[in-house]
Amino acid sequence: MAEKKQKKKTEEKKEPEKGKASEKAETPAEETREEQEEASKETSKKESEKESSEEKKPEKTEEAEKEKERIEDYEQVISKKVRSLVFGVLSPKIIKKMASAKIVTPELYDKEGYPVDGGLMDIRLGVIDPGLKCKSCGSKLKECPGHFGYVELARPIVHVKFINVILNLLRCTCRECGRVLIPKNRFEKYKSQLDRVEKELGLEMRRKKVSDIISSLKTINKCPHCGKKQQKLVIEKPTTFMENEKRISPIEVRSRLEKIPDEDLEIFGINPTHVRPEWMILTVMAIPPVTMRPSITLESGERSEDDLTHKLGDIVRINQRLFENINAGAPEIIIEDLWDLLQYHITTFFDNNIAQLPPARHRSGQPLKTITERIKSKEGRIRHNLAGKRTNFSARTVISPDPMLRINEVGVPKIIAMKLSVPERVNQWNTEYLKKFIERGPEEYPGANYVIRPDGKKKKITEETKEASLEELQPGYIVERHLMDGDVALFNRQPSLHRMSMMCHKIRVLPGRTLRLNPAVCFPYNADFDGDEMNLHIPQTEEARAEAEILMQVQTQLISPRYGLSVIGCVQDSISGNYILTKDLKVSRKKAMEMLYSVGADDFSSLPRKEEVSGKEIFSAVLPEDFNFIGHSKLCQRCIDCKREKCERDAYVKVEKGKLVSGIIDKSSLGSESGLMLRDLHVKYGPDVTIKILERIFKLGIEVLTNFGFTTAISDTDLPNVAEQKIEEVMKKAREEVDVLIDSFHKKELESFPGKTAAETLELRILEVLNRARNQAGLIVAEHCDKDSHTIIMADSGARGNPLNLAQMSACVGQQAMRGKRIDKGYSERTLSSFKKGDLSPEARGFIRDGFKKGLTPYEFFFGAMTGRDSLMDTALRTPKSGYLYRRLANAMQDLKVEYDGTVRDASKRIIQFEYGEDGMDVSKSEKGTINIKRIIKRVT
Amino acid sequence: MARRKKKKFIAKKHTLMPKHVKLSEKDKKSLLEKYHINLKELPKILATDPAIQALGAKSGDVIKIVRHSPTAGEINFYRGVANE
Repeated sequence: MAEKKQKKKTEEKKEPEKGKASEKAETPAEETREEQEEASKETSKKESEKESSEEKKPEKTEEAEKEKERIEDYEQVISKKVRSLVFGVLSPKIIKKMASAKIVTPELYDKEGYPVDGGLMDIRLGVIDPGLKCKSCGSKLKECPGHFGYVELARPIVHVKFINVILNLLRCTCRECGRVLIPKNRFEKYKSQLDRVEKELGLEMRRKKVSDIISSLKTINKCPHCGKKQQKLVIEKPTTFMENEKRISPIEVRSRLEKIPDEDLEIFGINPTHVRPEWMILTVMAIPPVTMRPSITLESGERSEDDLTHKLGDIVRINQRLFENINAGAPEIIIEDLWDLLQYHITTFFDNNIAQLPPARHRSGQPLKTITERIKSKEGRIRHNLAGKRTNFSARTVISPDPMLRINEVGVPKIIAMKLSVPERVNQWNTEYLKKFIERGPEEYPGANYVIRPDGKKKKITEETKEASLEELQPGYIVERHLMDGDVALFNRQPSLHRMSMMCHKIRVLPGRTLRLNPAVCFPYNADFDGDEMNLHIPQTEEARAEAEILMQVQTQLISPRYGLSVIGCVQDSISGNYILTKDLKVSRKKAMEMLYSVGADDFSSLPRKEEVSGKEIFSAVLPEDFNFIGHSKLCQRCIDCKREKCERDAYVKVEKGKLVSGIIDKSSLGSESGLMLRDLHVKYGPDVTIKILERIFKLGIEVLTNFGFTTAISDTDLPNVAEQKIEEVMKKAREEVDVLIDSFHKKELESFPGKTAAETLELRILEVLNRARNQAGLIVAEHCDKDSHTIIMADSGARGNPLNLAQMSACVGQQAMRGKRIDKGYSERTLSSFKKGDLSPEARGFIRDGFKKGLTPYEFFFGAMTGRDSLMDTALRTPKSGYLYRRLANAMQDLKVEYDGTVRDASKRIIQFEYGEDGMDVSKSEKGTINIKRIIKRVT
Repeated sequence: MARRKKKKFIAKKHTLMPKHVKLSEKDKKSLLEKYHINLKELPKILATDPAIQALGAKSGDVIKIVRHSPTAGEINFYRGVANE
């Protein structure tokens, strides 16, 4: 009965796994039979129904019939619910039973090009030519699922994929009597142990237990049942079994496996109703249907066969030869050789990537893609075709910035907007509106590409079909119109590590060929414009659109769930601009109004009526009138006796009733990931208002720069003579100090640090001296440089760069280090051949004394290049590593969840943490992980 | 051979070792009630764990661990004693 079941199921499957193991439904055999009968009854009933309905109402329209069929299809799905799956091995009997043809010849076609009977392309195995009918089932191409065939093998062949199971079985059973090497009295104990493990810890642990038992049995060398001595069995990869250095043939292996009694198999985790171990040695081989190995007709009219067909041809040919040789009584050596060859072909048919075997190749030399290669790895059936889904209604191109877009907008090129579409259902109110789209057709911009009739038929709009579509259009139809401004889209950049990596934007159709986004949203996507590409998806249903708009729109993602600050803020130019604006800028009222207007503000009532207004007043004009905020700018030294508004650095940021009273606005107020003012705006006014204000502030910054000019010049790195001299002095002193150290080292007078050798001590001391010298040079530069230079403005506002970068340009690049040490590699005892051996001086070990502006000496440049390349390598190697690490972490924690009682639990409700983060704090409601209690108190009182 | 007797390492006395206490039946019951869980849903600790050797805990007991936490100062953690 079990066999019958197997046959049926395999026929239904188009591709049996590994050609051998196939799935069978239902464990209890009786139940299956009943169900199958039921199913067949049902199908017959359905057929008769269909027939009768056709007879009764032949005049019924096509649509109505389709609808009925659809409903019937639906019902059919319900009646065939999969309850369980059983994996088993096909027995020779089943293979013969399920086969519809015996294959006896490797020939494919006769002279007329017609498939040979008993050949590999036998028409009983299914149809791949249009127009032909299957000889087995009578259906046409695409309807016939294909049918198996079989070959009778001249000699048994080992199936590679079961080699480990066979080896385990042989090692753990007696070679004489076939019983498991467990004494009778302990047999039951093992069995109950397995059952107990399964009950307590699940199937996975049972499997582990099985392998534990197997490994414990391998060492037993005397059968507890018949007392026979056991021999040592080894495997000679890939498919040969050796006992005492003597080869045991597959025939012998098979006869041993046959001896293993059914009840012993349970110990190995094998269910004897579905798997008998001897079936793992093939005597009959199933030939997969032609439908899974179709041949292609080339342009020249030649036929090119599938890799599997080639392989099967080899198998059948060698098999025939073997038969002939055996019947002719050929010498044993020839038969053995052919047998081995057949083994090779069948092995590579299943898996062409076995380490010990040379892969079978085409004549061109490229390896054949056989069954295992079809299934596994990234390009295999599972990961590529089943798990790897592809989407329609999506676009991908290079991105570029456009600060004039709104933050929650995405600029879409017209070409893309005319390819992607939004389905709109026709109703009585929009019929005329949608008709206009159809009239314009797919070529003219706000047009439409398809019309979908209520029965689901999709019709392309062309010049010819336009008229017909217009006429038949009525409520219930769907028009797939072009994208227009305001449609919703999902915008995404890989790697999507964040929930902010995929956000919902409103579409703006623009000329050009790139997707445009506001530079403020670069941060959450981690995007830049050096050639980055991004993806766009258009939701197609009302539900999807609503979900995207409510849950994923940019403004809803403003506050990062990781640390509670805004991920969207001002960047680069706009930070420098606002810094300049709020520092000490004064402009005429007219100019101020101009600037504010171009930013999108239209209410100038808050701007003081003076001839000249200050930058702080302009900035105040974009803030809401009841906004209060207290913060510090980046330059704040956190003095204990804070002078507040009278701070000489103007670092005390105070906004009172929408007026910026004091303080310079910079990165710590507006920046992404640090802007506290943005956070307060969000708390008080909500996402929509915040995004609007942020947009204005952003544009205001850029407006300032466009009006007053901003650049970074070489002259920014100029130093006065005094400073040059001071730096020279520092360097000279450092050089002398190092010389003293080296000298004392050579005289062995250097006192070593505890736990360090003298040489290590010297290195540390030198490093310390040189670092100090570089820092001093940096301080001198910071002290003497022009405070109003644009480079300094950028560094001070936090837009880009830091004082160290400036020092590197104008004074001294500093020590180049590799792996935390001074450079000491290269030639023996020296870094470059231009130095003396054993030279420990700063310049010989990678200290770059000069600045970038003055220029580097050749050896300095070389050292710079060394560390530069090292860091390049490092990042290139580290990114994939850390990416994979993150992926593993995310996968391991994906279903952890904070429950309502504050505990963190996994999917099975087991406790992981008793209090989330041990303090139960919601970090998305905090400021970088802490809660600013002072601020809360201030707000409340 | 005058080898000095090696001092036995006591896990409990190590500075990095958080305090382990066995919960009384009453406390255990109220703990399980507080979180609406049964013993199996608690994190586990092996009965053979060096940290709880001195407590003589058996399978079914609950161990309270007082840990230092970088975020919350000091917190209590609970583990159910298990055999395997």
